[in-house]
Amino acid sequence: MEQNKLQALREAARQIRIGIIKSTNAAKSGHPGGSLSIADILAYLYFEEMNIDPANPAMPERDRFVLSKGHCAPGLYSALANRGYFPVEELTTLRKIGARLQGHPDMTLTPGVDMSAGSLGLGISSAAGMALAGKIDGKDYRVYTIVGDGESEEGQVWEACMFASHYQLDNLCVIIDWNGLQIDGPVTEVMNPTPHDKKLEAFGFHVISIDGHDFEQIEAAFNEAKTVKGKPTAIVAKTVKGKGVSFMENKVNWHGAAPNDEQCDAALAELNA
Amino acid sequence: MAEKLATREAYGSALVELAEKCDFVVLDADLAEATKTIKFKKACPERFFDCGIAEGNMMSVAAGIATTGKTVFASSFAMFAAGRAFEQVRNSIGYPHLNVKIGATHAGITVGEDGATHQCNEDIALMRTIPGMTIVNPSDAVEARAAVEAALTTDGPFYLRFGRFAVPVINDTPDYKFELGKGVCVADGKDVTIVATGLMVSLALEAKELLAEDGIDARIINIHTIKPIDKDILAKAAEETGALVTAEEHNIIGGLGAAVTEAICESCPVPVIRVGMNDTYGHSGTVPALLEAYGLTPAKIAEAAKKAISMKK
Repeated sequence: MEQNKLQALREAARQIRIGIIKSTNAAKSGHPGGSLSIADILAYLYFEEMNIDPANPAMPERDRFVLSKGHCAPGLYSALANRGYFPVEELTTLRKIGARLQGHPDMTLTPGVDMSAGSLGLGISSAAGMALAGKIDGKDYRVYTIVGDGESEEGQVWEACMFASHYQLDNLCVIIDWNGLQIDGPVTEVMNPTPHDKKLEAFGFHVISIDGHDFEQIEAAFNEAKTVKGKPTAIVAKTVKGKGVSFMENKVNWHGAAPNDEQCDAALAELNA
Repeated sequence: MAEKLATREAYGSALVELAEKCDFVVLDADLAEATKTIKFKKACPERFFDCGIAEGNMMSVAAGIATTGKTVFASSFAMFAAGRAFEQVRNSIGYPHLNVKIGATHAGITVGEDGATHQCNEDIALMRTIPGMTIVNPSDAVEARAAVEAALTTDGPFYLRFGRFAVPVINDTPDYKFELGKGVCVADGKDVTIVATGLMVSLALEAKELLAEDGIDARIINIHTIKPIDKDILAKAAEETGALVTAEEHNIIGGLGAAVTEAICESCPVPVIRVGMNDTYGHSGTVPALLEAYGLTPAKIAEAAKKAISMKK
């Protein structure tokens, strides 16, 4: 990857992370840990990968994105705002009465949100539905969805995988955010859903395992996914919950807790360093 | 008695008939033979997708397809469409107000021999609580066909309730016109009003004959659209007849009886006796035996009507 492209992606990811910290701080609630873990993937999707137009969010031919792990809406909103769908200043209205930025994504309120999701397990099914619609209409748009590793304990995730495989939805790319932590503790201790790669392969997916914070690997995975025909692709992305803010990294208590003003300043100082 | 036809048969036929008018997609969950979406599958195989026995996934898939601008019919038995997949219907379809039309068949106890696990007497209650959901429970095959067309031309989520059992065709008149959200006064009367839905409409008409033998003049109203309910026709009936009976093949909690009492207690409170499944599960048996066992009969409706009249102030 060219240096200036890499720099631009890193800068986009940094801005997304800043937005996550500022918005959850302003909301005094929300889910920074899992938002930070997907910030690099969101940066690549929204600043490089997807065929989208912030000036025309409903463009029929656009690529689609569904945040199946919808509680990480602060990450999605920050990506959308930084990509130009709405002002970055609006991020601090997160979770407030009358705001367009709900605790979980609402497609009827927020420009650029392709599907309301967040009740775990539902979003991946809707992404599969969008992919099927693309096949029915002979359109060549692609559909991306991020599923949490904890979320994959939901049976519906596997119903959706069965469906996507059965209908050979090669325009669907499922990203598993394997950050290893869920509310009650380590994912492997609460209810072990691993190994994701072997399970997804058994369900008929083309599986690519990557470091979800390495842009070279992220790019290679998305490029490879586009060459796969006749089956959907799953990218199992090893990530760090809270990535980018040292005191949040790999700490389960940052799953659903917002930084206070002091913690916000400390986090921003790190991100601005 | 008139010709008999199950409303699910009319559903399947209507999908085929309307296929040319609109580019909708039909999903089913391994029950196409029973829900009668098999007719559409045969006519338009490229627009039919079986989702297998995974109703929750089907509903969220339907929502995803609908985001691209297509209308989707998603079918299963009422127990699984409204029961199993309630949360997917609420969050994936209802919350974003998407054009998914749920074709739920085998509602109520007229499922028959399969018994209580498959006899859904709760679906109306569940679907009523979803904001923006339209609910239609047709009284016969003619109304069922009209309801499918109404679903296609109405924006947003729609719940269509169909039965397994063949019921009398009562609406095959030249001037029949289906108006979504409008109750139908199928027989006038001044002493009491029987508000019925689904197959109970024809039983209510039989109850009217029984009541007439005792000199009681009962009005019969068919409420095909349970949500939004026709508050005006109910208020008028309460005002003019002073007592109501509701009749439904559904739990008396949360269904038509609840919808009617909620409506009239805010307009013209009068005695209401609810006939339906009395907060109980069903049982295996033939349909006539089940209707008798659970009191879904003209005689019981007539009895309820007399009780309601006796309670008039």
